[in-house]
Amino acid sequence: MTESLFYFLASLTLLCALMVVISRNPVHSVLFLIITFFTISGHYILLNAQFLAAVNIIVYAGAIMVLFLFVIMFLNMNKDSESRVKTSTLSKFAGTIAGGLLFVIMVAAVKDTTIAGYNADTFTSQTGMVETLGAVLFTQYLLPFELASVLFLVAMVGAVMLGKKEAGEQHF
Amino acid sequence: MMQIPLEHILILSAVLFSLGILAVITKRHAVVVLMGIELIFNAANLNLVAFSRHDPSLLQGQLFSLFVMVVAAAEAAVALAIVLRVYQYFRTANLNEIVSKENN
Repeated sequence: MTESLFYFLASLTLLCALMVVISRNPVHSVLFLIITFFTISGHYILLNAQFLAAVNIIVYAGAIMVLFLFVIMFLNMNKDSESRVKTSTLSKFAGTIAGGLLFVIMVAAVKDTTIAGYNADTFTSQTGMVETLGAVLFTQYLLPFELASVLFLVAMVGAVMLGKKEAGEQHF
Repeated sequence: MMQIPLEHILILSAVLFSLGILAVITKRHAVVVLMGIELIFNAANLNLVAFSRHDPSLLQGQLFSLFVMVVAAAEAAVALAIVLRVYQYFRTANLNEIVSKENN
Protein backbone atom coordinates (compact mmCIF):
# COMPACT_ATOMS: atom_id res chain seq x y z
CA MET A 1 0.00 0.00 0.00
CA THR A 2 2.69 2.49 1.07
CA GLU A 3 4.91 1.48 -1.81
CA SER A 4 2.27 1.80 -4.50
CA LEU A 5 1.23 5.16 -3.05
CA PHE A 6 4.85 6.29 -3.14
CA TYR A 7 5.30 5.29 -6.78
CA PHE A 8 2.02 6.93 -7.77
CA LEU A 9 3.01 10.17 -6.01
CA ALA A 10 6.54 10.02 -7.45
CA SER A 11 5.31 9.63 -11.02
CA LEU A 12 2.82 12.45 -10.50
CA THR A 13 5.58 14.67 -9.07
CA LEU A 14 7.90 14.01 -11.99
CA LEU A 15 5.15 14.50 -14.56
CA CYS A 16 4.11 17.84 -13.09
CA ALA A 17 7.71 19.01 -12.68
CA LEU A 18 8.31 18.14 -16.33
CA MET A 19 5.21 20.09 -17.31
CA VAL A 20 6.58 23.09 -15.36
CA VAL A 21 9.63 23.01 -17.58
CA ILE A 22 7.99 22.37 -20.95
CA SER A 23 4.86 24.54 -20.75
CA ARG A 24 5.27 27.84 -22.56
CA ASN A 25 2.73 29.88 -20.62
CA PRO A 26 4.13 31.03 -17.23
CA VAL A 27 0.66 30.75 -15.64
CA HIS A 28 0.50 27.06 -16.58
CA SER A 29 3.97 26.61 -15.11
CA VAL A 30 2.80 28.10 -11.81
CA LEU A 31 -0.28 25.86 -11.71
CA PHE A 32 1.78 22.72 -12.39
CA LEU A 33 4.27 23.82 -9.74
CA ILE A 34 1.41 24.04 -7.22
CA ILE A 35 0.42 20.41 -8.03
CA THR A 36 4.09 19.44 -7.63
CA PHE A 37 4.15 21.00 -4.16
CA PHE A 38 0.99 19.12 -3.15
CA THR A 39 2.49 15.80 -4.23
CA ILE A 40 5.72 16.63 -2.35
CA SER A 41 3.55 17.21 0.73
CA GLY A 42 2.21 13.70 0.15
CA HIS A 43 5.79 12.41 0.17
CA TYR A 44 6.38 14.20 3.48
CA ILE A 45 3.38 12.45 5.02
CA LEU A 46 4.72 9.10 3.80
CA LEU A 47 8.07 9.99 5.39
CA ASN A 48 6.58 10.67 8.85
CA ALA A 49 6.76 14.47 8.57
CA GLN A 50 3.14 15.49 9.02
CA PHE A 51 3.84 18.99 10.31
CA LEU A 52 6.21 19.72 7.43
CA ALA A 53 3.55 18.55 4.98
CA ALA A 54 1.10 21.09 6.41
CA VAL A 55 3.74 23.84 6.43
CA ASN A 56 4.70 22.99 2.84
CA ILE A 57 1.11 23.44 1.68
CA ILE A 58 0.58 26.64 3.69
CA VAL A 59 3.89 28.32 2.85
CA TYR A 60 4.62 27.10 -0.67
CA ALA A 61 1.26 26.37 -2.28
CA GLY A 62 -0.50 29.01 -0.21
CA ALA A 63 1.82 31.97 0.08
CA ILE A 64 4.75 31.76 -2.33
CA MET A 65 2.80 30.50 -5.33
CA VAL A 66 0.09 33.11 -4.85
CA LEU A 67 2.87 35.71 -4.85
CA PHE A 68 4.28 34.25 -8.09
CA LEU A 69 0.84 34.20 -9.69
CA PHE A 70 0.23 37.77 -8.55
CA VAL A 71 3.50 38.99 -10.05
CA ILE A 72 2.82 37.18 -13.33
CA MET A 73 -0.62 38.78 -13.57
CA PHE A 74 0.95 42.12 -12.64
CA LEU A 75 3.53 41.87 -15.42
CA ASN A 76 0.76 41.31 -18.01
CA MET A 77 2.27 38.26 -19.66
CA ASN A 78 -0.06 37.96 -22.62
CA LYS A 79 1.87 40.25 -24.90
CA ASP A 80 5.17 39.52 -23.20
CA SER A 81 4.98 35.74 -23.10
CA GLU A 82 7.67 33.20 -23.84
CA SER A 83 6.26 32.47 -27.29
CA ARG A 84 7.15 35.95 -28.53
CA VAL A 85 10.86 35.50 -27.86
CA LYS A 86 11.63 31.84 -28.38
CA THR A 87 14.30 30.06 -26.43
CA SER A 88 17.02 29.15 -28.92
CA THR A 89 17.38 25.48 -29.75
CA LEU A 90 21.04 25.62 -28.76
CA SER A 91 20.25 26.72 -25.22
CA LYS A 92 17.53 24.04 -24.99
CA PHE A 93 20.07 21.38 -25.94
CA ALA A 94 22.65 22.85 -23.59
CA GLY A 95 20.17 22.89 -20.70
CA THR A 96 19.04 19.33 -21.34
CA ILE A 97 22.59 18.04 -21.54
CA ALA A 98 23.67 19.95 -18.42
CA GLY A 99 20.66 18.79 -16.39
CA GLY A 100 20.97 15.22 -17.65
CA LEU A 101 24.68 15.03 -16.85
CA LEU A 102 24.05 16.40 -13.36
CA PHE A 103 21.37 13.75 -12.88
CA VAL A 104 23.73 10.99 -14.04
CA ILE A 105 26.40 12.19 -11.61
CA MET A 106 23.94 12.26 -8.69
CA VAL A 107 22.59 8.78 -9.51
CA ALA A 108 26.16 7.48 -9.74
CA ALA A 109 26.91 9.00 -6.33
CA VAL A 110 23.80 7.37 -4.85
CA LYS A 111 24.70 4.00 -6.38
CA ASP A 112 28.24 4.28 -5.06
CA THR A 113 27.28 4.71 -1.42
CA THR A 114 26.18 2.12 1.08
CA ILE A 115 23.22 3.50 2.95
CA ALA A 116 22.76 2.35 6.51
CA GLY A 117 19.38 0.97 7.40
CA TYR A 118 17.17 2.54 10.03
CA ASN A 119 14.96 1.10 12.70
CA ALA A 120 11.30 1.68 11.89
CA ASP A 121 10.32 0.74 15.45
CA THR A 122 11.81 3.97 16.82
CA PHE A 123 9.01 5.91 15.11
CA THR A 124 5.69 6.61 16.69
CA SER A 125 2.70 8.33 15.13
CA GLN A 126 3.76 11.53 16.91
CA THR A 127 7.27 11.69 15.44
CA GLY A 128 6.72 14.43 12.89
CA MET A 129 4.04 16.33 14.76
CA VAL A 130 4.24 19.85 16.20
CA GLU A 131 5.01 18.72 19.73
CA THR A 132 8.13 16.72 18.88
CA LEU A 133 9.44 19.28 16.41
CA GLY A 134 8.69 22.20 18.72
CA ALA A 135 10.47 20.59 21.66
CA VAL A 136 13.64 20.32 19.57
CA LEU A 137 13.17 23.70 17.87
CA PHE A 138 12.85 25.70 21.08
CA THR A 139 15.73 24.01 22.89
CA GLN A 140 18.42 22.91 20.44
CA TYR A 141 17.65 25.32 17.61
CA LEU A 142 16.63 28.44 19.54
CA LEU A 143 19.32 30.69 18.05
CA PRO A 144 18.51 29.84 14.39
CA PHE A 145 14.84 30.32 15.20
CA GLU A 146 15.44 33.84 16.52
CA LEU A 147 17.75 34.65 13.60
CA ALA A 148 14.96 33.56 11.23
CA SER A 149 12.71 36.24 12.74
CA VAL A 150 15.38 38.89 12.04
CA LEU A 151 15.71 37.52 8.49
CA PHE A 152 11.97 37.85 7.96
CA LEU A 153 12.00 41.43 9.25
CA VAL A 154 14.85 42.33 6.89
CA ALA A 155 13.13 40.62 3.95
CA MET A 156 9.84 42.37 4.69
CA VAL A 157 11.44 45.81 4.92
CA GLY A 158 13.47 45.11 1.79
CA ALA A 159 10.45 43.98 -0.22
CA VAL A 160 8.45 47.03 0.86
CA MET A 161 11.32 49.38 0.03
CA LEU A 162 11.79 47.78 -3.41
CA GLY A 163 8.09 47.82 -4.19
CA LYS A 164 7.51 51.38 -3.03
CA LYS A 165 6.69 53.92 -5.71
CA GLU A 166 9.17 56.75 -5.73
CA ALA A 167 8.19 60.40 -6.08
CA GLY A 168 7.52 61.45 -9.66
CA GLU A 169 7.43 57.88 -10.98
CA GLN A 170 4.87 57.11 -13.65
CA HIS A 171 2.17 54.51 -13.23
CA PHE A 172 2.37 51.26 -15.13
CA MET B 1 4.79 -2.13 7.18
CA MET B 2 6.71 -1.92 3.94
CA GLN B 3 9.08 1.03 3.85
CA ILE B 4 10.22 2.86 0.75
CA PRO B 5 13.95 2.38 0.11
CA LEU B 6 16.01 5.51 0.57
CA GLU B 7 17.64 5.19 -2.84
CA HIS B 8 14.32 5.70 -4.60
CA ILE B 9 13.65 8.93 -2.73
CA LEU B 10 17.18 10.15 -3.46
CA ILE B 11 16.76 9.42 -7.18
CA LEU B 12 13.37 11.16 -7.19
CA SER B 13 14.87 14.28 -5.67
CA ALA B 14 17.82 14.07 -8.08
CA VAL B 15 15.36 14.14 -10.98
CA LEU B 16 13.54 17.09 -9.40
CA PHE B 17 16.85 18.92 -8.94
CA SER B 18 17.84 18.32 -12.58
CA LEU B 19 14.46 19.54 -13.80
CA GLY B 20 14.93 22.68 -11.70
CA ILE B 21 18.36 23.24 -13.27
CA LEU B 22 16.80 22.67 -16.70
CA ALA B 23 14.14 25.30 -15.99
CA VAL B 24 16.76 27.78 -14.78
CA ILE B 25 18.92 27.29 -17.89
CA THR B 26 16.30 27.11 -20.65
CA LYS B 27 13.59 29.50 -19.47
CA ARG B 28 14.07 33.13 -20.35
CA HIS B 29 11.35 34.61 -18.22
CA ALA B 30 12.59 35.95 -14.88
CA VAL B 31 9.64 34.62 -12.84
CA VAL B 32 9.89 31.14 -14.38
CA VAL B 33 13.61 31.05 -13.56
CA LEU B 34 12.68 31.76 -9.93
CA MET B 35 10.19 28.88 -10.10
CA GLY B 36 13.04 26.60 -11.19
CA ILE B 37 14.92 27.69 -8.07
CA GLU B 38 11.87 26.80 -5.94
CA LEU B 39 11.91 23.34 -7.56
CA ILE B 40 15.57 22.94 -6.56
CA PHE B 41 14.74 23.97 -2.96
CA ASN B 42 12.02 21.32 -2.82
CA ALA B 43 14.35 18.62 -4.13
CA ALA B 44 16.81 19.48 -1.34
CA ASN B 45 13.99 19.50 1.24
CA LEU B 46 12.85 16.05 0.13
CA ASN B 47 16.38 14.73 0.64
CA LEU B 48 16.59 16.26 4.12
CA VAL B 49 13.25 14.82 5.20
CA ALA B 50 14.21 11.41 3.80
CA PHE B 51 17.46 11.38 5.79
CA SER B 52 15.56 12.53 8.87
CA ARG B 53 14.11 8.99 9.12
CA HIS B 54 17.50 7.87 10.44
CA ASP B 55 17.34 10.31 13.34
CA PRO B 56 13.93 10.08 15.00
CA SER B 57 14.94 11.57 18.36
CA LEU B 58 16.39 14.88 17.13
CA LEU B 59 14.73 15.17 13.68
CA GLN B 60 17.57 17.34 12.42
CA GLY B 61 16.62 16.85 8.79
CA GLN B 62 13.04 17.96 9.29
CA LEU B 63 14.13 21.03 11.27
CA PHE B 64 16.68 21.97 8.64
CA SER B 65 14.09 21.70 5.90
CA LEU B 66 11.83 23.94 8.00
CA PHE B 67 14.59 26.57 7.97
CA VAL B 68 15.05 26.08 4.22
CA MET B 69 11.35 26.91 3.79
CA VAL B 70 11.81 30.05 5.92
CA VAL B 71 14.71 31.24 3.80
CA ALA B 72 12.86 30.34 0.58
CA ALA B 73 9.84 32.43 1.62
CA ALA B 74 12.04 35.45 2.37
CA GLU B 75 13.97 34.93 -0.87
CA ALA B 76 10.82 34.71 -2.98
CA ALA B 77 9.43 37.95 -1.55
CA VAL B 78 12.61 39.94 -2.18
CA ALA B 79 13.30 38.35 -5.58
CA LEU B 80 9.80 39.08 -6.87
CA ALA B 81 10.09 42.69 -5.66
CA ILE B 82 13.36 42.95 -7.60
CA VAL B 83 11.68 41.46 -10.70
CA LEU B 84 8.94 44.09 -10.44
CA ARG B 85 11.56 46.86 -10.22
CA VAL B 86 13.42 45.45 -13.23
CA TYR B 87 10.14 45.31 -15.17
CA GLN B 88 9.41 48.92 -14.28
CA TYR B 89 12.84 50.00 -15.50
CA PHE B 90 13.28 47.90 -18.66
CA ARG B 91 9.58 47.35 -19.51
CA THR B 92 10.26 43.62 -19.98
CA ALA B 93 10.84 40.57 -17.81
CA ASN B 94 12.70 38.61 -20.50
CA LEU B 95 16.27 38.05 -19.35
CA ASN B 96 17.79 38.14 -22.87
CA GLU B 97 16.10 41.46 -23.65
CA ILE B 98 17.22 42.88 -20.32
CA VAL B 99 20.84 41.94 -21.04
CA SER B 100 20.74 43.39 -24.56
CA LYS B 101 19.05 46.59 -23.35
CA GLU B 102 21.60 47.00 -20.61
CA ASN B 103 24.48 46.70 -23.11
CA ASN B 104 23.09 49.52 -25.26
